[in-house]
Amino acid sequence: MTLTNPAPMPAQDVCMSLQDVTISYGKFEAVKNVFMDIPKGQVTAFIGPSGCGKSTVLRGLNRMNDLIPGCSLRGRVVFDGTDIYAPNVDPVEVRRRIGMVFQKPNPFPKTIYENIAFGARINGYKGDMDELVERSLRKAAVWDECKDKLKESGLALSGGQQQRLCIARAIATEPEVILMDEPCSALDPISTLKIEETMHELKRSYTIIIVTHNMQQAVRVADMTAFYNAEAVEGGTGKVGYLVEFAETERIFNAPSQQATQDYVTGRFG
Amino acid sequence: MTTTTPFQPGSALFDRRPLTFDPTLKRNRLNRLLTSIAALFAAIAVLPLFLVILYVLVQGGRLMSLSLFTQLPPPPGLEGGGIGNAVLGTIIVTLVASAISIPIGVGGGVYLTEYSNRGWFSQFISVGNDILAGVPSIISGVFVYGVIVSTRVFFGQSYSAAAGGIALAVLMLPTVIKTTDEGLKLVPQELRWGAYGVGASKFVTVMRITLPAAFTPIATGVVLAIARAAGETAPLIFTALFSPFWPEGVFNPIATMSVLIFNFAIMPYEAQNELAWAASFVLVMMILAANLLARWISSFSRT
Amino acid sequence: MTTDSSPPQLNADAFTLRRRPPSEKLVDTGFRQLSLALASVVAVVLLGIFLVVFTGAREAIATFGLSFITTSAWDPVNESYGAFVAIYGTLVTSLLSLLIAVPLGVGTAILITEDVLPKLVRDATGLMVELLAAIPSVVLGLWAIFVMEPTIRPALDLLHSLLGWTPLFNTIPKGPGMAPAILILVVMILPIITAISRDALNQVPEELRQGAYGVGTTRWGAIFSVILPAAVSAITGGVMLALGRAMGETMAVTMIIGNSNNFSTSLLAPGNTIASMLANQFGEADGIQVSALMYAALILMVLTLVVNIFAKWIVRRLSLRY
Repeated sequence: MTLTNPAPMPAQDVCMSLQDVTISYGKFEAVKNVFMDIPKGQVTAFIGPSGCGKSTVLRGLNRMNDLIPGCSLRGRVVFDGTDIYAPNVDPVEVRRRIGMVFQKPNPFPKTIYENIAFGARINGYKGDMDELVERSLRKAAVWDECKDKLKESGLALSGGQQQRLCIARAIATEPEVILMDEPCSALDPISTLKIEETMHELKRSYTIIIVTHNMQQAVRVADMTAFYNAEAVEGGTGKVGYLVEFAETERIFNAPSQQATQDYVTGRFG
Repeated sequence: MTTTTPFQPGSALFDRRPLTFDPTLKRNRLNRLLTSIAALFAAIAVLPLFLVILYVLVQGGRLMSLSLFTQLPPPPGLEGGGIGNAVLGTIIVTLVASAISIPIGVGGGVYLTEYSNRGWFSQFISVGNDILAGVPSIISGVFVYGVIVSTRVFFGQSYSAAAGGIALAVLMLPTVIKTTDEGLKLVPQELRWGAYGVGASKFVTVMRITLPAAFTPIATGVVLAIARAAGETAPLIFTALFSPFWPEGVFNPIATMSVLIFNFAIMPYEAQNELAWAASFVLVMMILAANLLARWISSFSRT
Repeated sequence: MTTDSSPPQLNADAFTLRRRPPSEKLVDTGFRQLSLALASVVAVVLLGIFLVVFTGAREAIATFGLSFITTSAWDPVNESYGAFVAIYGTLVTSLLSLLIAVPLGVGTAILITEDVLPKLVRDATGLMVELLAAIPSVVLGLWAIFVMEPTIRPALDLLHSLLGWTPLFNTIPKGPGMAPAILILVVMILPIITAISRDALNQVPEELRQGAYGVGTTRWGAIFSVILPAAVSAITGGVMLALGRAMGETMAVTMIIGNSNNFSTSLLAPGNTIASMLANQFGEADGIQVSALMYAALILMVLTLVVNIFAKWIVRRLSLRY
């Protein structure tokens, strides 16, 4: 397979660099031989059919896979000049600098205020907490809906509001990167649009990497798009995911270099 | 440390440390401390099990012999003897208890899941069942004493194996009902619909489809309930009482291993104390075997 | 069984039970009534227990009134009875054992459910705690008399020599007493607390855990700030159930508490609980002593009932907030 990466970027513009990454669950390889340089300050989307390993790669970027028994990663994931899988790296530090928004909204069973303050506090925030809460909620475009009920449980919000609360929670810790794992899959179209607007807002300050099932969403929000696919392996029982193509979103959707990408983005995917 | 990229916002709000693991950080030290405490707590929690099993094996195991099961306990002060009557008695009393509580419990559980429509009556039964499960075991002895022993309803007999069995049945009943109810709830609704769909009556559906489908969880729960009942003492001390002789039918006082352990443990005689350990060994082995059996049964449900 | 799948003209006569015979309907309704009757046994037994204990206690209630609870005389010669010592012993042993068992049990449950240690170690620990629950109370009592109490005696002596000036430890430990009873109760209720806490922690949604790790908490940060608060209602319910069990626990306590009706504030002195008093005296009592024991049994039932209902209420109340 040929990998077509965009023209090499200057090193300081690279946020995260995946170098021959292979992730396995037990003996089964879920996704293999991924090379990519994710640019700083842009939105990168991962698209592809179910089971192609795009979520697995995303979760590998802040070591959330550590929490899954039997999951292991080979290769290097370089962030800020360090391989985050090096033995002397503290996954907790990694997650403090690379935040995450999950597929299902998962506010903590605490008040809205505490949901935001919690992460900031454990990250050693010393400033004005009220201000941080307000700023984070504003950035996540959910301030107007919850400014009057900061002392109510985060679970009292609607699904879309909960997800934006989770985004606010992630940005309150001022991470350098925000990973979003299909953040809109459980939401209605209006909430989805609001979250996409939020993302446009956020990319001024953060590097965003988003996994999405929805190709229109990738077109709307992403600067760069990576297309993952899965193929059956000889002798194996399951499929192994791999990176097909990674380029500017426009190129992926209008002039992809790979036939598989062309088939997928035009809906001719078998 | 600060990065030079233009889009980076005020990262100065937070201290940025290098990504490397720093074992001297307060949070990492705290983590290690708490993990050690949890491990210590768990070790303390399992320590008694080791010690109890160890002593039962050592103290009771060395007394194992055939005569232990064929002889009667000696009169106080004499050596030798066995616990044959108590082993037999425990089996008889537990059988009586099972014969009463299993049909009632399974039937009651079937009612709760299959017939009740979860109306006020079944709510009442469910709550009542939970309350009954929380009633101290000694109270069920008091109850049976009041109803059966002191009234001599069984042919003028006061203390009897039957009374002891009924007291144990009172303890087993809530467990059997609960396991049946929960086991039946696990049976997929589609299975029942399938049976009704071919014109089966409710009775046939329950007996031929639903109950067999829930057999594994019910059997597991019932075996555990029997094991628990076999080790119970409190309800027996003034219902089944004790007897130094071989069992004489279910309407006479009967020896059981658990009451034997209680009576002989507090006697000042070495021989009796030793028999108490021997009975503990037999009882613990029986109960552990039942637990293994229950695990073995429940392993079928995963297929 | 394969049926003939030829066109719809089946031979209708081949099915002799197209119409249900009355006998089958009879079985159906009969079975329903039978299962209803069997379910009702629970209610009958429960009401029967209350009725038996209450009618048995009536004489003592009339004679001693509420002062039964506050007086400590237990004198079969003068037929004067008060259950204060036993009630005090029941409450003190169960509450103190809870105080020790809750951190141990919840700590063990955390160890079993969160990935702080290799899975094999965690599974083995869980299995052993379950087996501990299967050991009969009377065997634990035997072990307490012959092994545990002699072993911990030096520690109790040390407690007495260090803290003998406090009312809690101002008697010389001489064998059976409240302290060993409390310890054996800890052993008995640990498995319940561990099992219920483990189930509660397992039910905390995985997403919450991930959310906590996602904002950069450490393992114990996630446990204390997110996972335990989410599980607290079920754990509290389990702790209350364990309290009910501890109050009603009979055999092991009876064998090691010393069964003394003399009141002492010292935990090193012998004491009594309602359950052990019943176990010791019920078989040989007669006259008003039986009634006094029934009265004590009634108090024990009310105590455990209140605790168990409270447990249910807590679970419902706290889980609504989450």
